[in-house]
Amino acid sequence: MNNLVDLDAAPAIAAPPRMGRAIILPVLIFACFAAVPLALLLGPQSYVLAVVTRIMILALGAMSLDLLIGYGAMISFGHAAFIGLGAYSVAILASHGITDGFVQLAAVIATSIIFALVTGAISLRTKGVYFIMITLAFGQMLFFLTTSLAAYGGDDGLTLAARSTFFGAKFMKNDLAMYYVTFGILLGAYLLLRAVVASRFGRVLRGIRENPVRMEAIGFAPYRYQLTAYVIAGLIAGVSGFLLANQTEFVSPAYTAWQRSGELIFVLVLGGLGSLHGAILGAAAFTLLADILSHYTEHWAMIFGPILILIVLFVRGGINGLFGGKS
Amino acid sequence: MTLTLALVQVLNGLQFGLILFLIAAGLTLVFGVMDFINLAHGVQYMVGAYFVAAFTAMTGSFFTGLALALPAALIFGLVLELLIFRHLYDRDHLDQVLATFGVIIFLNQAVKYVWGAAPLNVPIPDALSGAVEITDGLLYPVWRLVIIAVGILVGIALYVVVNRTKLGMLIRAGASNAAMVSALGINIRLLFTIVFGVGAMLAGFAGAMIAPILSVEPGMGDNVLILAFVVIVIGGIGSIRGAFIAALLIGLVDTLGRFFAPVLLRALLDPSAASQTGRAVAPMLIYILMAAVLFFRPSGLFPAKK
Repeated sequence: MNNLVDLDAAPAIAAPPRMGRAIILPVLIFACFAAVPLALLLGPQSYVLAVVTRIMILALGAMSLDLLIGYGAMISFGHAAFIGLGAYSVAILASHGITDGFVQLAAVIATSIIFALVTGAISLRTKGVYFIMITLAFGQMLFFLTTSLAAYGGDDGLTLAARSTFFGAKFMKNDLAMYYVTFGILLGAYLLLRAVVASRFGRVLRGIRENPVRMEAIGFAPYRYQLTAYVIAGLIAGVSGFLLANQTEFVSPAYTAWQRSGELIFVLVLGGLGSLHGAILGAAAFTLLADILSHYTEHWAMIFGPILILIVLFVRGGINGLFGGKS
Repeated sequence: MTLTLALVQVLNGLQFGLILFLIAAGLTLVFGVMDFINLAHGVQYMVGAYFVAAFTAMTGSFFTGLALALPAALIFGLVLELLIFRHLYDRDHLDQVLATFGVIIFLNQAVKYVWGAAPLNVPIPDALSGAVEITDGLLYPVWRLVIIAVGILVGIALYVVVNRTKLGMLIRAGASNAAMVSALGINIRLLFTIVFGVGAMLAGFAGAMIAPILSVEPGMGDNVLILAFVVIVIGGIGSIRGAFIAALLIGLVDTLGRFFAPVLLRALLDPSAASQTGRAVAPMLIYILMAAVLFFRPSGLFPAKK
């Protein structure tokens, strides 16, 4: 199998985590998120809350992709499909008057798991570049499906009548509540993924990343572990779609376009592969950079693209690497 | 009536497939020889279309515009190679995907900056506008026939070069085992630069040929790029023959699928449901085809022998 992921840059399998750094940075990141609503000095609160909520939603998607790319060497180029799946599950249910968040979340989880199981089972038969392409193909299938949903807006997308309710309460209508719900889910997903990565399952997954043949030889079936990881990652990305639809109160096929999948990979590499909090740093850097550049010029992508190229060429290990987060 | 329409769809499918082949040919050789994933190949197609639009507007003649656009596309591709791609050959695929993704972001915006966001129109050259009657009552645009003819000619030329010349022998050998070719004393970098330049020019040529029947706009290369990747993956990476067959297959499946899916579904469903389901299923057909091909033949239909 090709070394699709720079193995040298990834943490060694059995290296004992340097507890200090491994804990401090994530704690700092989450403390910052928790404190943001208090920091009115940053600017108008609603604007700051909206931007940081967007960062956390993007971080959730990127973090789930890290389980695949950073820990499993499965470069999925169709991860945005799950975000779209989650977002559309919310919007379609809402358009039929089902606004209860728990019902919507159940639908998001069910569709994500089914889609991940079916597409993952087929994709994982291929390796390397072919895996990249086949995940892309499934992403495109969903993209075209969403563009053809004439009853739900088709190309134009669909505006949500209202955000999800919980027990009939419309508390997510409040941006601060939306913020804390997102924060809570991000924190929960981070702790869950951390536990997954540290577990025996996570160690097997990293073992498969390093050498699938050897793992098979010592009695592990890589396929089952990879498929399980694919389902977990898809599920979390689906939940980020649930949040995205609620925050923007709008869904569109653009959420599932292949460019969005490319963006997720970029966020991940920008932040640092193979460290879950790296995905959060990457999401923050990406969103803030785009936000700041767009204040200066409408042609911000002309600055953004070259920055991306320069980062790939010259910065190894992403932002997390700059903090010395790599062993 | 339906038969005539079907014939038109077949011709449209061929024309689309041949355009895809022009794009995919360079992509598959670059991928095969240097193991380099170039997502920026689609923007080279876009840039070709913009070049022909700009030069045609400047000179007032499509053919002069085309004659200027081709070398411009070649130089543009070589500059990209020199500035960026050259530094990525030794990197893993993830880095290549990302850096070339950055090139896409930049160029999509750059053409907007230079030529504006509004689509440009390129008039069909007067001598080749109009339509010819192929069978009774079937009029078909001359320009689309020109695209079909040119696509077939380029396909034959590429086939001859790749299969009958020394350069082609080296390219085929490079696609099978680049390290061995290099060890035999061939300058693989130079070989690659030639392949890359020709590939970029072919993509630009495809963009220039399609410009008169499509609007020239930012981002026009993005979806074509994905289709070109589908073509080379189905065909087998590094194989010109595979790319040719897969491109025609994709062109026909896509075009005929959009036409026939609603018709066939009408036999099963009521008309409105059939047309809606058909619209949903048709664009997915090629991806379903790709998933099916990879499921049964994980390295494509005609893999370069390793």
